[in-house]
Amino acid sequence: MSVNPFPIARMSTTLRIATRFLLAKRRAMLMTLAGITFGIAFFVLTQAQTSGFEQFFIRTILGTDGALRVADRFQGASTAKKYVEGVQYPGELKAALHGYAEVTGAAEVLKGSATLDSNFRRQEVQLFGVDLAEFLAVSSLGSQVIAGSLDDFRRQPNSVLLGSELARRSNIRPGDSVSLLRDGKNRRFLVAGLYETGIGDIDRVRVIIHLSESRALLERPFGCSYIQVNLEEPDRAPAVAARMEEALGHAVAPWQRREKVWLDVFGALRVSSAVTVMTIVLVSALGMYNTLAMLVMEKTKEIAILRSMGYTRADITAVFLWLGAVVLALGSLCGCLAGAALTLGVERLPLRIRGIFSTDHFMVNWDYRHYLAAVASAAVVVMLAALFPARRAAQLEPGDIIRGTSS
Amino acid sequence: MPSDNIVIETLGLVRDLGEGEARVRVLKGVKFSATAATTTAIVGPSGCGKSTLLYLLGLLDRPDEGEVILKGEPLARATDAVRTDARNRLLGFVFQFHFLLTEFTALENVMLPMRKLGKLDEPAMRARALSLLDAVGLAAKADRLATKLSGGEQQRVAIARALANDPPVLLADEPTGNLDAKNSEIVFDLLTRLAHERGLAVIMVTHNMELASRCDRMLRMLDGEFVTPAHHADDDA
Repeated sequence: MSVNPFPIARMSTTLRIATRFLLAKRRAMLMTLAGITFGIAFFVLTQAQTSGFEQFFIRTILGTDGALRVADRFQGASTAKKYVEGVQYPGELKAALHGYAEVTGAAEVLKGSATLDSNFRRQEVQLFGVDLAEFLAVSSLGSQVIAGSLDDFRRQPNSVLLGSELARRSNIRPGDSVSLLRDGKNRRFLVAGLYETGIGDIDRVRVIIHLSESRALLERPFGCSYIQVNLEEPDRAPAVAARMEEALGHAVAPWQRREKVWLDVFGALRVSSAVTVMTIVLVSALGMYNTLAMLVMEKTKEIAILRSMGYTRADITAVFLWLGAVVLALGSLCGCLAGAALTLGVERLPLRIRGIFSTDHFMVNWDYRHYLAAVASAAVVVMLAALFPARRAAQLEPGDIIRGTSS
Repeated sequence: MPSDNIVIETLGLVRDLGEGEARVRVLKGVKFSATAATTTAIVGPSGCGKSTLLYLLGLLDRPDEGEVILKGEPLARATDAVRTDARNRLLGFVFQFHFLLTEFTALENVMLPMRKLGKLDEPAMRARALSLLDAVGLAAKADRLATKLSGGEQQRVAIARALANDPPVLLADEPTGNLDAKNSEIVFDLLTRLAHERGLAVIMVTHNMELASRCDRMLRMLDGEFVTPAHHADDDA
């Protein structure tokens, strides 16, 4: 048997035949191409949106509550741990935390409840006593202040930062004076500014005050409720948390565990939208299967003559797989471009969301993996649709076909 | 027939077709051979087994018994890959219907077997295909789509394509069966001329007794066997 010294030329021959066959079926193939294009484009768009909102949500919660929370001390084995509420020696713990290469910041937080009294109304609030410099290293508070001034808060010990929704409900503005009541004690504070995380549960109740003031008000001269930690790579929080727990003897909660419900919701949305959109590709692939099956029937004589002149079954399979591959390649290219264009357009659409985060337009995530996933999914479906007609074409016996056409 | 010139031969070819009780022995131990630079016509009534023999010679079908030897290589039981390769290198086919790829030009159709063989680069393939089209009188229409050629021209392109890899054997199944008298004459003359010029063993199955009688050899088949040769060119001498 001769060895083909021009394998590229051979490949191009089957590709050449495929493209000519493709042109012969251009209307049916255009429909398939359009389906693949739309499928990939909408796959990219929906993934960009769902992951865009998810990423923004993650950025929001990391910027608000940090990657890790190091809280209650515990004693005993994992099956029978006894917890002691809070952190007794935050200084030592912070020093130990800074020993981890992954840690970029650690801030103690003293948390407690109180009543906020404005001239307008009284309401229950959550006090978060922080050292501002420390806290800015583990949060996005600096960029969350929407009214007033962070500098005013920094300069004045008896000042507070209020959540935007809390301020709106109590009709409080920066510069106003409010009282915080706890166990019969009543202390007045200046409202230095308002912040907005976008997370309704936080913006409605959280009051940020200086750590020293919170100690006085909550009567906790030592210790803290937890230490908020930021990591270089927040995605690795669960592994880091496990190591810290074992080494430090404190409960350590990674953000993925804290926000599991919302993350599961985003995950489910992403999967369901991908599945829904891929049905477009699936339907297109069925169309391609039909078209190729018809083409095999129409081209039996051509297949027979190619076999008679020495083209192998593998060559015939290759011709029909090339057909699928060419449509797939064109559909992928058009789909990715259309997906990018749609994503760009949607990113500019106004959309006001408050509740789990704060945004005034659609959030999208530009991630090449969405394009790879879209093309890979389409490739599997389309090439499977091409494979069956291709195998059928390869199984045709040239003698039977030619004999059947002779008079 | 000098045996050292034999390019294709069969030994005791048996072929049964059909299933179960409908199974019929179409070829009954056929012995056949052809030498280079000769034209052989196989004639006989419909269903006598002449086309079945041609497809066995062309490695498009496998015999139930017997052997097909092509250039000294026994191929009846060779693998599909070996037989496919032999078709590409050693055999050319011309059928009743031209079977050109309608999406390709005449030139591209002729180049198809060469592309598969892969021994020539693109310019060499084009040059050879043009020369073959010139040999069949169609060089001027090389760039026309197959569908833009007349029936006779299409059949001549099919002949050029059959010669693409310079095979020693050309098999033709009713090559003039779909043509008018004038084009039949052109195609037949072409086949006989090419056989002698290029040293081809041309074996054609035909119902056209007039053309068959002008071949170097005419073999008559009946019920799956050759009967006494009805005519041989040498007989006229």
